[in-house]
This record gives sequence, structure tokens and C-alpha cells, in this order.
Amino acid sequence: MSAAPLAASPGRPSILRHAAWVLRGNPVTAAALAGTALLVLVALLAPWLAPYDPVATNVANAMRPPSAAHWFGTDQLGRDILSRLIHGTRLDLAIAASAVSLSFVVGAVIGAFCGYHGGRLDHAVGRFVDVLMAFPLFVLAMAMVAALGNQVQNIVFATAVINLPFYIRFARTEVAVRRQAGWVEAARASGNGGSRIVLGFLLPNILPNVAVQISLNLGWAILNAAGLSFLGLGVTAPTPEWGIMVAEGARFITAGNWWLVAFPGLALMLAVLCFNLLGDGLRDILDPRMRT
Amino acid sequence: MTAPLLDVEDLHVAFATRRGTVEALRGVSFAVPAGGVLGIVGESGSGKSVASLAVMGLLDRAGAVTAGRIRFDGQDITRAGGRELRRLRGAALSMIFQNPRAALNPIRAVGAQIADVLRAHRPLSSAEAKARAVALLEAVRIRDAARRAAALPHELSGGMCQRVMIAMAMACEPRLIIADEPTTGLDVTTQKAVMDLLSGLVRERGMALVLITHDLGLAAQYCDAVTVMEAGRVVESAPPARLFGAPREAYTRRLVAACPTPTSTIAGLTPDAPPLPPAAPAPPLPPGAPLLLEVQNLSKRYPDGTVAVDDVSFAMRPGESLGLVGESGSGKSTISRLVTRLIDPTGGEVIFEGETIGAVPARDFHRAPQRSRVQIVFQDAGESLNPRFSAFDSIADPLRRLAGVRDRTSLHQAVEEAADGVGLPRALLDRYPHQLSGGQRARVGIARAISVRPRLLVLDEPTAALDVSVQAVVLQLLERLRREKGLAYLFVSHDLNVVRMLCDRLIVLRQGRIVEEGESDRIFRAPAAEYTAQLIAAIPHFRPEHALA
Repeated sequence: MSAAPLAASPGRPSILRHAAWVLRGNPVTAAALAGTALLVLVALLAPWLAPYDPVATNVANAMRPPSAAHWFGTDQLGRDILSRLIHGTRLDLAIAASAVSLSFVVGAVIGAFCGYHGGRLDHAVGRFVDVLMAFPLFVLAMAMVAALGNQVQNIVFATAVINLPFYIRFARTEVAVRRQAGWVEAARASGNGGSRIVLGFLLPNILPNVAVQISLNLGWAILNAAGLSFLGLGVTAPTPEWGIMVAEGARFITAGNWWLVAFPGLALMLAVLCFNLLGDGLRDILDPRMRT
Repeated sequence: MTAPLLDVEDLHVAFATRRGTVEALRGVSFAVPAGGVLGIVGESGSGKSVASLAVMGLLDRAGAVTAGRIRFDGQDITRAGGRELRRLRGAALSMIFQNPRAALNPIRAVGAQIADVLRAHRPLSSAEAKARAVALLEAVRIRDAARRAAALPHELSGGMCQRVMIAMAMACEPRLIIADEPTTGLDVTTQKAVMDLLSGLVRERGMALVLITHDLGLAAQYCDAVTVMEAGRVVESAPPARLFGAPREAYTRRLVAACPTPTSTIAGLTPDAPPLPPAAPAPPLPPGAPLLLEVQNLSKRYPDGTVAVDDVSFAMRPGESLGLVGESGSGKSTISRLVTRLIDPTGGEVIFEGETIGAVPARDFHRAPQRSRVQIVFQDAGESLNPRFSAFDSIADPLRRLAGVRDRTSLHQAVEEAADGVGLPRALLDRYPHQLSGGQRARVGIARAISVRPRLLVLDEPTAALDVSVQAVVLQLLERLRREKGLAYLFVSHDLNVVRMLCDRLIVLRQGRIVEEGESDRIFRAPAAEYTAQLIAAIPHFRPEHALA
């Protein structure tokens, strides 16, 4: 292109400065990032932030609406909803993050190898993914938790498995379009074998695009974990967890005690919204070519 | 003296970018008389495309004319509004773009697309418009025009698509056509056919033409006047004979010198560069020693039946440079990948230094001992560098894998040595490909290939994506490396002038078969095959001595 900027002097601005530039032009991403940062902070500092013990019951003080002492009110056993919410952030985020990381690592590697080598392996994995996706995924997760037992690691495992097909397919396509690229041929001429090309060359290059998927999936994984708990297949009471809080509170909503459901519901909505909005901005920040 | 048809005066265009305003044009003036042909030549970044877009009112939103005037037929159109410009575009002014396939709607028949242009400007019935479209396709010499009018763009060749674009540009008989690199990406013989057609039609119908190109030869051959641009400014404007015969400005002189002609030499391309080391005389091949490379009855067939390479045999001595020349589809790139063992042949033998290497499957060849001895430099240096690797990583990669250099100090030393060898400043080693210029990327690609001291270097159009002045420097570098290191080159190119300078021997390919083989000089002087003669005749060039006479 003859229209290349003439005065642009190549340099290497730091990723932070680049991120700041992307965010300035993109206030929605900035808000989402702030929301996510807040969630992570709350999760990390939960024991210090929560005003009360999340599991301490006080029947004398049950079902109180929001007040100065209990900002979000108390539940049927007199537990402070705000404190339970804060501690719940910890568990829900941890489940979602570990499930998504697990499915990302496994899915991206499998998908990348399929995309690079093609052939019989690709066909076999492709059909397996088709079968997996033919199940109603949430029902599959329920079945897995029911079979393996109501433990946190099983929820993580089930959530990871139902996310897996997306990563496999996504990584496969992203690698397949780059397989013929000049730099992949050059890598082969430089003496790199298939595995090294996939892991050292192709995976880092598809990472920015997969990161978008990660962000979208985090929201979904939180909903999934909360949904399992809501149905009684996830974490069990009295552990503070958003899904359980919604499930328990739902019994009292007809009596006009809205705060039991509203606050954990809002927290869920906020978390999912933040992760979904974060996606696009993340890709712009991670791609080195945007960092001119 | 009548006023020129298009008069651009002191035009300034600026683009708003994240680093502030970038001035793409800083006071550009040129004029085209009615019926004249003006060439605007310049290298990438010179602003030649921006100038044409400004005239057409097609600058993108970030760009704006900040000063100067554009007059068309006496009327000031510098800040003409959308409606006024739409009326002008197509009817009085039209444009031909570089990539015809991208400029055509892929899901609409080409005849219908021409009819659309006609009906946008004239009250025609659809039957009339269709008939006119067929007539226009005939005018651009598309055989069997009535049937081809119903074809979709992907069913036509690149040259045919460009003819369709020309037909579309001429549909409403505009008074000025702007052609922005109309033949870049086409084969030379196609380029000649398209340019002959375009300039013939323009003259026949009394239209004016602005030809924007990076190819000096093309401008010299087809234009009445040529404007040379550099960095947003006009360097020099003159008739081609004067401009190329006796350039006044230093930049023009450099550009003209860098442009390969049938008589130029590598040293002559870059007069300011330090002289090349003397060529070491090729050591006589000891009797009984194997040839460097022997290719016997090589062929590559794809499962869908296409034959990319068909029964090709040739041999190379150590230190020799052999050119493979052909147009697109000749199989030259496939041969380079077969020899480099990046793909598997379907027949024949590749024998390197007496050992058959064709039998090792390509996917396992990275472990073969010959891997480091046969290296390749790819066509598009930008595309062949991993976007996530710095220049250092790219050069270090083959050293780690093939030469087994692991510890940091010796790796640094080896990479810096390779960078010095290709004239890449060490300070650039930690940059990523997108932060390097085209010439710098080419140097990284060459450094990567020679870092493991190969004996055969396959060069797959290493300069095709570069500006001529950068090409000249890279060719000089390749020649110097060859003389210093005694490397053998298998040089693959579509540009006969370039191949001739670098190679002693040539092989001309067409559709996967060898058409002709022989000494470069002999082939240029007296081509034996008719196809070779056509190829040589199609190269656009200027001959200063002829032009001045």
C-alpha cells in the first residue's frame, strides 16, 4: 500500500500502554475490565471484606430486609447475604476459571494437532466432538456430576468437558487456516517437527483469538456451575455459593422476601455480562500486530 | 494552450492516526491533458495511490485533503460532495484497481456487473444494458463475449477479470481513467496483453489515462509523461525518454539504475554500494565426486488430477546458480518445495550430494542430515516470518534445531554473525516482523536460511514483493553471499531480467514441463523455444539509448 504512514517510527510500546490505548477507544471494554477486576479482588479478599461469618446462623435475626447493619438483608437462617455473596464469588470464580482453563488447554492442544495433521486423527476427533455436541450439554453435565458425586472437582470436570468441543473446533479451524502459511513452511525448513510446530509456532499465534472464546466461556461456566448447584447437583448447603443462594431464596420469593434471590441473581448477571463484554477488547490487547 | 483535463495543484493529504497526523501528500502537482497518458511512479509509501484516491474522492474517513486543489475539466472538485462525485465517477472519471478479483462482486455475473454501471448513469432498459455489456466485453477482446458475460468472476482468469474491470471502467465512456497498478500480480505475457489493450482503447477513444505503477519499464513504455514520487512529494516530471535517459534528480537516477534491464548487471543496480568481492573460480569437480543436486523425472500430481510438475530432470554442480523461470502455474514453486523436501513428489528422484533424499517423507525430513544443507528463502518475507517471533528468534530457530546451538552466548554470537552477514543492524534483532520494513524482513529471511551454512539455497522469488530499489540491494546481497560462501542457488522467479543477472544457466518452465534449458546469455540472445521468445518480448523495459535517439 502506498498509503503507509510515513512518519510511523517502529518501536515497541509496552503492552500496558497499548492496553490503555485500546481501552480509551473502547469504554465498554474498560467497564467490563473494571468489573472483572472488582470480581477478582472481591474473590481474593473475601475473608477480609465480608462483614460477617457467611455460615453463622442467627435465627432471631432471620429474614430481615436490607438495613444499615445488613446491607443486603439476611436469609431464612439469619445469615448475612452480603457476606455469603462475597464468599460465593470466590467459589464460583474458582470453579469457572479452573474449568475453562482445563478445557482450553486440553481442547486447544487436541484441536491444534487435528488442524495441523488432518487425516484419520482429525476425522476421529471430529466425530467424537459431533457426538458430544449432540447431547444437551447441561444435561450431560448433570449426569456426570450425578454419577461422580457432588464434589467441587467433579463440577469443574463436568463444566470442562462440556466446553471442550468449542475449543477443539475453534483451535482446529484457526490452525487449519494457518497450516499452509509461509512461516509454517519456514519452520519446517528450519528443522522443526510436527509437534514443535503445533506447540511452539501455531498455538501462540492462535492464542489471541482463543482468548476471546475463553472470556465468553467464563461467563457461561459460571452460569453452568450455579445452575448445577441450583438443581442440587453442585456444591451443597451451607457452603456460600450463588446458585444455592438463588435456589434457597426462591422458596421465599412468593412471601415478598425478594432480597434473598435478587442479590445473588444480580451478582451472577454482572459476572456473566463482564466476561462477555471483555472478549473483544481482549483480542485487541493480545494481538501483537495491533501494537504498532 | 488549453487547460488540462485534470489539474492537481499543490495537494496535501493528511491521515489521522493514533500517533497523530501523518502527512501522506505534501504538495503534489500534476496535470493530464485530454487524451494524454500520465504515469505516476514511486515505491511503496510514496503516496501515489493516495493521490489517485484523493482525485476520485475515495479517501477513507481518516484521510482528508488539507490544502491544494483538484480541478477536473476546469471545475474544482477538491471538496465536492457525495452526490456530485457520484455523478462524476463512472461517467467522467473512472478507476481500475490493482486486484480485479477483489474489486468484482464474486456472486454476480460479470456481464450483469457491467450493466449495473451502465444503468446507474444512463436511462437504459435492462436488455439494452445487457447488449452494451456484451459489446464492451468484445471491445476488451474477450472471446465468446455473449457466453462469458454470464460467467462469475472466479470462472475467469486473472487477466480476464482485469479486462472485465477495464470494460467496466470504460462503460460510460469516461474522459479520464485512473489505473492503480492494473497489472501487478499478472504474468508478464498477460500484463503485456492487458496494457496493450488498455492503451490502445484509450488512444482510440481519446480518453486520458493516469497509470499508477511501481514498474518504471511499464511507465516508460506506455506513457507520454511520467511523474516520479517519493515520500509524498513529486521528485521529477518529464517525458519518459528524458526522465529515464537523463534523470536530473538523484532519487530518479537511483531508481532508474535499480531497475533491471536486459543489459544491467548486479553491480550496476546499486552504483553507490561497495564493490562486490571477486568471484572465486569454481573449483573443478574432482572426478568421481557426486553432483550437488540431481533431479530425475520429478513429478507431482495432486489427487484431484492436476499435474503441477511433469517429468522434470536437471542437475546442478556445487557453487552453481541455476534459474527456474516460468509464469504462474508453471510448477516452479512446486519444484522448489520438492527439492527443499517440504512436499513429497509423486514420482522421480531427488538426489543430493549422491544420496537419494526423495524417499524420506517430507514430514520426517526435519530429522534428515541433509536438512541443514538444503535451505530455502521464501517469496514473501513478511508472510514467512512467524508473527510472534522477533527477528532474533527467527534466525535462532534453525540454529537451535539444526546446528544444535543451545547455550545463550554462542547462540547470540551465531545470530549476530548471520545478521552481520546480511547487513541487518543488530539493533533490529529484537523487533517483530510487523515492525520491520520489507527489505529488513527479506534480510531476516536470508539470514535464517544461511545461518546453518547450507550448500544449496533455494530462492523462491525472494524479491517479488519488494520495491525495485530494495530488490537491487537484496540481489547485490545474494550475489555477495554467493561469491563469499560458494553457495549454490536454485533461483526461482518470473522475472527474466533478474534471473539472468544472478544465474549462469536457465531453465524455462511452462505448465510443469521444461520448455528450454541453457546458458542465460544464449537464451536471451537467441531463444530456441517460441514461448521463451514471447516471455522475453513481454518484459516491459526502457532502453535509454533507444529512447534518446
